Amino acid sequence: MSAGAALVQQEGGATPDPQPAAPDRTLAPFGRRLATVTRNESIGAYRLLWAADPEAPAPRAGQFAMIAAAERWGGGAGERPYLPRAFSIALTSPAGETAFLLEDVGPGTHRLCELSEGDRLWVLGPLGRGFSDPPLHGRRTILVGGGIGIAALTLLVQAREPLSARGESPPQGTGGSPQPSTPGASGLPAGGERRCEALTVLAGFRSGAHAQGASLLGAASIATDDGSVGHAGRVTDLLHAELARGTDAVVRACGPPAMLEAVRSICERERVPAELALEASMACGFGACYGCVVPRRGGGYLRVCVDGPVVDAAELASVPGGGGQ
Amino acid sequence: MSVELCGMQLAHPVINGSGTFDAIAAERVFGTELIELFPFSAYVSKTITLRAREGNPPPRLWEAPAGLINSIGLPNRGLDAYLAEDLPRLARLPVPLITNVMGSTAEELAELAGACETRPQIAAIELNVSCPNVKTGLDIGSDPEQLHGVTRAVRRRTGKPLIVKLTPNAADVPACAQAAQDGGADAVSLINTLRAAALRPGDRRPWLGGGTGGLSGPAIRAVALAQVAAVAARVSIPIVGMGGIQCAEHAREMIAAGADIVAVGTESFRDPTVAAQIAAQLREPVASP
Repeated sequence: MSAGAALVQQEGGATPDPQPAAPDRTLAPFGRRLATVTRNESIGAYRLLWAADPEAPAPRAGQFAMIAAAERWGGGAGERPYLPRAFSIALTSPAGETAFLLEDVGPGTHRLCELSEGDRLWVLGPLGRGFSDPPLHGRRTILVGGGIGIAALTLLVQAREPLSARGESPPQGTGGSPQPSTPGASGLPAGGERRCEALTVLAGFRSGAHAQGASLLGAASIATDDGSVGHAGRVTDLLHAELARGTDAVVRACGPPAMLEAVRSICERERVPAELALEASMACGFGACYGCVVPRRGGGYLRVCVDGPVVDAAELASVPGGGGQ
Repeated sequence: MSVELCGMQLAHPVINGSGTFDAIAAERVFGTELIELFPFSAYVSKTITLRAREGNPPPRLWEAPAGLINSIGLPNRGLDAYLAEDLPRLARLPVPLITNVMGSTAEELAELAGACETRPQIAAIELNVSCPNVKTGLDIGSDPEQLHGVTRAVRRRTGKPLIVKLTPNAADVPACAQAAQDGGADAVSLINTLRAAALRPGDRRPWLGGGTGGLSGPAIRAVALAQVAAVAARVSIPIVGMGGIQCAEHAREMIAAGADIVAVGTESFRDPTVAAQIAAQLREPVASP
């Protein structure tokens, strides 16, 4: 008798209800998979790493995966990395590829950024709680992304407007080394704003090189700290302006802690429902290590990996590391 | 490859280290596949205390060279919530359940063991003795005399198999193992994490919210091999060996050092099914070196 059969038998008895279906997440296959890198594209300051992972279930937007290079994972700066790294599942392609948006900021991301076609990648996922679906009725959706945090939002954009010339099929004859990519067919938005029907996308970046990441977001309004692209200032300036037109909106945001805290605070003040995709360092990604906690409003902690990374903003009194307000 | 530990029949010799696998959370992530492919031959719960604990303030993790420093602080909802809410779910796992408990006095530990004693779903009890004595500040488990006392106190309250999880942060670990055996333990498990610190880049202040933490992972395997061998030379009760095991060869080495079965901990963070892979490889014949 399989273990599964034993479980079902017992569930028929007086034991607690079986685990309810999980509408907030796609379940992960139990075990990490060996995926094969198909592309490593340069997008300004970022890299978009594509890997063929045909057994991956379709993720819910906002979910993440734990990834690690199958070879030479370790032995970098400080004899790291050791643990896999958590990344939003940025995009998927009909060909069974998954893409992760990377920035080379440490030994783990450095190793991942140097992978090229044919290299192998361990992938565990999809993990965590994704964005709710569908959004609240009668409200338009505003996506707010900051820096590499846009990667948690791209599947929401992709679901709305399938991206042309991006990701549908493996590239032809790209050779073994990373290829500089061309930004999306539309290029960078001109800083003006175009609105998809009931979907407004706002994105903030440090610099023009980082702002090239906005090519993954379709038509987005851009803010940059250095003013090189779009609005000179913060993406929350754009959010303020957007909400000034009306607060009949739901906000979904991902970005650095200070940005997320600003978004949380604005939405609380304006009584706009918001979901925030949090970032935390984690060892496992599936609730085992209890390392990735953030304080929950009212006491206790949330585990970002299983209770998030997407949380209702009302679950937090403030975003950790965001300076509080 | 089935093995027996303290009267428990285990399908293979690989279990989890306490606090390194949360079966309830994992079922939220992996669904029923977790149950169907459950990787461990017994499941050791995270540490349960009499009263609920929130755990340490973050940050709780630091990646070390070939290892991990954690300062989690044993968050749990306390004995009553464990028995009422977690136990029925953990009892659905297809393997024996070992409940790990910690208290800061012999009385607390005895109360925890007494509560476990009445629950048929609990196959065995593991004592976490890496807890500071409230008076001396020293870990109970680092002092053979205290360890002997708490083991005896718990032994009187339970007929279930009793495993004492030894701390490696002791001057004389074999003496602690001896004290556990003399106090009535049916087995010892080792090693727990090594006390460790990490400093924040820049200002060099402690990184971990808890001040210090425990080091685990491949970085400690060599220490574990030495401590398991030293304990095996001293005591006759079974040994659960752990510390940095990543693969079947590491498990074989731990068994060669004196362990009866092994536990996998931090490596499960990297690969949650690694214990099952190790178990499968242990079934294969070994080529002579």
